[in-house]
Amino acid sequence: MIEKPYGPLPLDAPIPGSSFTDLLQFIGAGPAVPIPTGSSPISAPEGTTVLALRFVGGVVIAGDRRATEGHLVAHRRVKKVFPADNYSAVAIAGTAGLAMDMVKLFQVELEHYEKIEGIRLSLEGKASFLARLVRNHLPMALQGLGVVPLFAGYDDKEARGRVYSYDLVGGRYEETDFGSTGSGSRLAKSFLRTAYEDDMSPEDAMATAINALVAASSEDTGTGGPDLRRGILPNVVRIDAGGVVEVADETIFPLAEHAMDNVR
Amino acid sequence: MTIPFYVAPEQLVRDKAEFARKGIARGRSIVAVDFAEGVLLLAENPSKALHKISEVYDRIAFAGVGKYNEFETLRKAGIRQADLMGYLYSRDDVTAMGLATAFAQTLGMIFTRDPKPYEVEILLAEISEDGAEHRLFRVSYDGTLYDERRYVAIGGKAEQLVEVLAELWSEGMSLQEAFNAGVEAFRRAEGRESEGWEVAILDGGNGRRAFRRLAPGELGDG
Repeated sequence: MIEKPYGPLPLDAPIPGSSFTDLLQFIGAGPAVPIPTGSSPISAPEGTTVLALRFVGGVVIAGDRRATEGHLVAHRRVKKVFPADNYSAVAIAGTAGLAMDMVKLFQVELEHYEKIEGIRLSLEGKASFLARLVRNHLPMALQGLGVVPLFAGYDDKEARGRVYSYDLVGGRYEETDFGSTGSGSRLAKSFLRTAYEDDMSPEDAMATAINALVAASSEDTGTGGPDLRRGILPNVVRIDAGGVVEVADETIFPLAEHAMDNVR
Repeated sequence: MTIPFYVAPEQLVRDKAEFARKGIARGRSIVAVDFAEGVLLLAENPSKALHKISEVYDRIAFAGVGKYNEFETLRKAGIRQADLMGYLYSRDDVTAMGLATAFAQTLGMIFTRDPKPYEVEILLAEISEDGAEHRLFRVSYDGTLYDERRYVAIGGKAEQLVEVLAELWSEGMSLQEAFNAGVEAFRRAEGRESEGWEVAILDGGNGRRAFRRLAPGELGDG
């Protein structure tokens, strides 16, 4: 039941008054999840590979499209990479329904702050707010319904792309060059460790990201590789000083085709 | 115990209205003018930091005149309402009409209930997804809601501004023409040169978020 705040318009808001998430809690519409008694141990989220890597002046963030339920493929065309605002993007691993809710709240939060304060949050500010959302989600994580995001964006103060990874309890870790999360993340990371170079162009970074996803999908059943026959391609988002761009399938297709040709 | 003086309700409302009107007349005015692809919002505002025009939602803009802290409170409340509706339901369910009635209700309630009414006037502009249809609403200090067309002005010089705009406005104006008309309206209504403009547009070709601020000088000096 949503309580009506003061008057027809919410003139009052919890301090500092610029957080949408706090406003939701304030009017009683926030997610109410009590910490369960007798919880099962924390298990890492399954069935995904999402990754992000920096290039000169920006960052690429990409993800596979498969959602699994146990050993079954639940969906083949799930989107796991979302622009969070004009200069950042978030990718998700973990329980899909809850993760999408978290992304939606995160997107509204960033836009809400920007409109209320008349200025965008700093990249660091966005990353730490996302950590709070993951932390708030801990009761669900304790029941095995964890969500682990990966966050990437363009930092206009330092004029470079930055990558943040998270853990189940809301720990936030900035990565120097690349980050990955999900069941295939170890495979993707060991691929990136050898393939990553410091002076990559955006095109190099996109090709490397797709190669890493293909490498992960060939070993991890939870990660779906590109399906060229069905036209199922990884989601790729590129962020630089010009803002967020959701890379078109026409650009991704040749890169995916090339990556599939090279895999053994 | 002292017995409060009896004041007739008519007298009370008249006094409050006069108080609010005086407060609003002290501030500078704002106009909104339709052009072919969207709506132009133009405020005389020497400050580069304190805004009178703001984005509320994807296709909705807000402008307020009068006491800064009061229309700022309303602006934030409007953004909260819009974001709540859009989050709980769908982005399509947030409309200027819905917001305008909420502003009207809030201002009406404050006017009758609080000892001091808000000394503000509010303007809401909205464009359709393709930018072809435009809606303009004006809400006065006592919560009266007006549905306007083509152009609208709020603030102390509203009547004079509308008079000039009635003369200068024409169907299918370009952004530059609308800006020039707005500047000319201010020049004639105020009888002096402006000390600085705050300009923003709702533009159909601007993607999901139609609101955009224009830098000073982007449209010339009128």
